[in-house]
Amino acid sequence: MTPRTTKLTTPLKESDLKTLHTGDMILLSGEVYTARDAGHERMVRLIHEGRKPPFDPKGAVIYYVGPTPPHPGMPVGSCGPTTSSRMDAYLDVVLSTGIKATVGKGCRSPEAYDAMRKHGAVYLAAIGGAGALLSGHVTGAEVVAWEDLGTEALRRLTIKDFPVIVAYDLAGNDIFGEGRRKWARR
Amino acid sequence: MREVNVQDITDAVREMAIDVNLHLSEGLVDDLAKALEREESPLGREIIERIIDNARAARDKQLPACQDTGTAVVMAEIGQDVHLVGGDLTEAINEGVERGYKEGRLRMSIVGDPIRRVNTNTNAPAVVHTFIVPGEGVKISFMAKGSGCENMSRLKMLNPADGEEGILRFIEEAVIEADGRACPPMTLGVGLGGDLEQAALLAKRALFRAPLGAPNPAGHVADLERKILARVNATGVGPMGMGGRVTALAVHVEVAPVHISSLPLALNVDCHAHRHRSVEL
Ligand code: SF4
Repeated sequence: MTPRTTKLTTPLKESDLKTLHTGDMILLSGEVYTARDAGHERMVRLIHEGRKPPFDPKGAVIYYVGPTPPHPGMPVGSCGPTTSSRMDAYLDVVLSTGIKATVGKGCRSPEAYDAMRKHGAVYLAAIGGAGALLSGHVTGAEVVAWEDLGTEALRRLTIKDFPVIVAYDLAGNDIFGEGRRKWARR
Repeated sequence: MREVNVQDITDAVREMAIDVNLHLSEGLVDDLAKALEREESPLGREIIERIIDNARAARDKQLPACQDTGTAVVMAEIGQDVHLVGGDLTEAINEGVERGYKEGRLRMSIVGDPIRRVNTNTNAPAVVHTFIVPGEGVKISFMAKGSGCENMSRLKMLNPADGEEGILRFIEEAVIEADGRACPPMTLGVGLGGDLEQAALLAKRALFRAPLGAPNPAGHVADLERKILARVNATGVGPMGMGGRVTALAVHVEVAPVHISSLPLALNVDCHAHRHRSVEL
């Protein structure tokens, strides 16, 4: 039995988000913006200065990833998710711009889940360590800003049927806590 | 006295850095396939299947299996009857790291200073541990260690009275806290005894044990390994933390003599990528 699978295209609309349930598999297409620790530090500094992130945040998706260098002719190398919880401290500010989803791996803090409920955003989990496989779903990549950060630069990735699992939906269902409790042997 | 040129160590490190990242070991993939049989959660099964597909994709496309190509951790066991010639050992290891990460198109993940945090753009320096051992051999072991799992590693100075239950509980709690962040199914390296830094080093060395899941030769330690594995797989954390029966593939425990009033316990968490190799020169 495979999980319920739906297709979705960015930018995400509120009506899209309402259809998502924790545990669903989503094949995501469109564009996502990459940022991890150093990129978040810069992005949040810009927002605090009253400026906008260097892309249109409305309905946008942030992907927590630092890819490996591409082979010639390929957009990116290996590109699986990094640990999301390191970006939790920035999430409230990031989502305040209209960004509607983040993609990463692993459980997050209560504060991060609060921020998602406050801003009506969801959290999507990609399979950690599956960077070679996920690379096949990236059809384009360009550096938008902060090239000096190397792998941590802000990139726009064009993706096609990129598989993610809904980890936190608008109703506040958390796949990590619920999944563990369901399968624990007492 | 046998002479070994450090240039050969550079070449070995370069080769292993690329190899561990592009080619996950066949044994590991077999263990993941066996884990798939044990996994009851449909989503957990789906995830393990994709992890196995990913190992194939990495080989086929000659891409790193994971984008975090890690901190280079090198354990160098040098026989005391060996004379290393041709340069500085640590520099030779770091040169191998630089060449391997550049030529293998691996990710540069090291900053030169923990406070200023500017990327060295070479993935050097490696974390190097050297051991002087009897004989004329040189054994170089290489691990590409991801930060997702390394960040979930823990150390605690337990009291002897905490005993086996204290050990089990500490590891269980650490694994639950790590959750999907350490990319389960995990491999756990445990160091027990010694002092603070010896326990930590034992835990890391335990991860190099091959084949994966081989028991510690001491029966009572192997017993503890089985108990830890059962406890961790009862947590329900499961593949990528989304719930399931398979949280860890293996637990390796290494022990050392210890002070009458101490019980240092180090847990080094490794992810499902579990990338390491050794060569003897
Ligand atoms: S924990 Fe391991 S598999 Fe997961 S992202 Fe890091 S290196 Fe890759």
